[in-house]
Amino acid sequence: MQRSSIAFWLGAAIFLAAMLLTTQMIRNEYPFFAGYVILQFVVLSVAWTILGGYAGYVNFGTNAFFGVGVYTAVLLIKAFEAPLGVQILAAAGVGGLLGFGVGLLTLRMRGIFFSIATIALAIIIETTITNWRFVGGAAGIQLQRPPVMAPFDTYVKMLFFVQALLVVAAVAITRFIQNSRMGRGLQALRDDELAAECTGVPTLRLKLLACMISGALISAGGAPAAMYLQFANPDSAFNLNYSISVLAMSLIGGTAHWIGPVIGAIVLGSTQQFLAVTISSEINLLVLGFMLVLFVVAAPKGIIGLVSRLMHGGGRA
Amino acid sequence: MTAAAPEAALLRIDALSKNFGGFVALDNIGVEIRKGERFGLIGPNGSGKTTLVNCISGALRPNKGTVLFAGEDITQMPSNQRSHLGIARSFQIPRPFRSMTVLENLMVALDFAAHRHLFETAAHRRDEAMSILTRIGLASKAMVATATLTQVELRKMELARAMATGPKLLISDEAMAGLSTSEVDEVLDLLMSLGGEDIAIIMIEHIMQAVMRFSERVMCLDAGRIIAIGAPTEVMSNPRVQEAYLGT
Repeated sequence: MQRSSIAFWLGAAIFLAAMLLTTQMIRNEYPFFAGYVILQFVVLSVAWTILGGYAGYVNFGTNAFFGVGVYTAVLLIKAFEAPLGVQILAAAGVGGLLGFGVGLLTLRMRGIFFSIATIALAIIIETTITNWRFVGGAAGIQLQRPPVMAPFDTYVKMLFFVQALLVVAAVAITRFIQNSRMGRGLQALRDDELAAECTGVPTLRLKLLACMISGALISAGGAPAAMYLQFANPDSAFNLNYSISVLAMSLIGGTAHWIGPVIGAIVLGSTQQFLAVTISSEINLLVLGFMLVLFVVAAPKGIIGLVSRLMHGGGRA
Repeated sequence: MTAAAPEAALLRIDALSKNFGGFVALDNIGVEIRKGERFGLIGPNGSGKTTLVNCISGALRPNKGTVLFAGEDITQMPSNQRSHLGIARSFQIPRPFRSMTVLENLMVALDFAAHRHLFETAAHRRDEAMSILTRIGLASKAMVATATLTQVELRKMELARAMATGPKLLISDEAMAGLSTSEVDEVLDLLMSLGGEDIAIIMIEHIMQAVMRFSERVMCLDAGRIIAIGAPTEVMSNPRVQEAYLGT
């Protein structure tokens, strides 16, 4: 336990140092522009797994939480010219509150009904934003980047590093949940909610907490997107593609362990970025859908399930 | 309110009724169960046994009446809080946490139990889980995935998991259904040994020898009403009970 924690934090420190170093050494901005998107999907997928993987409540409303993160940032920029750190923290707060509200309203539903309710949520919020002039309404809003801060020479590189920090934060929180009794409680209620409840697990409270933490992290991961694109409109901020991509990345990676969504997001995110520059960004979805079907049929427990099966098989042979 | 009786009941059910639409599943049930009592609950299929258990454990809320446990009104309380007060149950069709090992199933109970503070570290809780499994006779299966257990092992695992919550009242809902004769004896001995302590046990069962051997008192339900309650031999010889079971 202790030893694995040391290893984890050491790994996190090395990861951050490496990310920082690349921003100092590589002049070209494009790798960071693409890398930002991949890191963002790591944050979203890991956060999604808390509710969708550990608790088994498949949230189709990732785009709702993402868009709320984007628009919290937009609002703060427009109203107060708030700095990036404040935007992210505020987005986490609003996302957490939204998660709490959504949880109260929907977590008594199970299976597909919960998923449908979360889709409806995204539509409701998107409609609200579309009709809110102050944050740009349907036409969207242009944003001005403030001057970039010290060790970074461009804003995109800074955002890239900020997103790397968010990756570490999201993974650390998710890892903590997985190793705590909350993780065990979520796993129990995913297996059998009635049995979990009768065994003393406060299922509703755990689900609410999972929904809040997951929502807060997704919104936090979405907040820097406003400055990344220097533009926000409801159509792109609340795009259903976020939900589908995140779902696919988590399931393809495997949701039993936090490393699953990390791997899934890196593999699929890189593939998407590669396809977007080589063929067309439209083919993304086709590939995503194809891979999802492939994995659901051939490796329902994702890449980590596949790897552990191969390792066990190898041990026996 | 009535003053507490000299030997206060552990569980007290008062004028309890439950309907599903127009169907009356429980009709004005009233019964008291003492601390450490071994209580048999019988009745034909559809007589309301499991509905009564669900009202006690919190899976269902009754339409009328109250459930008191250790002097506290728990009629509207969620199941997990009832578990913390000391009500544990097994299920008619076993409901293990399938993605976990046997030991992990028990760890869920110990991680969230009201008496969690008694076991400071995870290692202590693990030891406690292992000692329960040893008592139940499942220690050799601790690291086995629950998906691979046999029927009798699943039943035992459910009892072990229920014991791990630190219960004062254990409800066994047909823990012997579908078991062979020797397995029935095995589970029955187990239940008898568990009930020897401060734990009251409500046993729902169709196997009459088991009920007769186990129970200090037996209650028979038919169509949601109590038709007989008392010593096992008394209840068995009651003509209404025989009629309910055998028909006329």
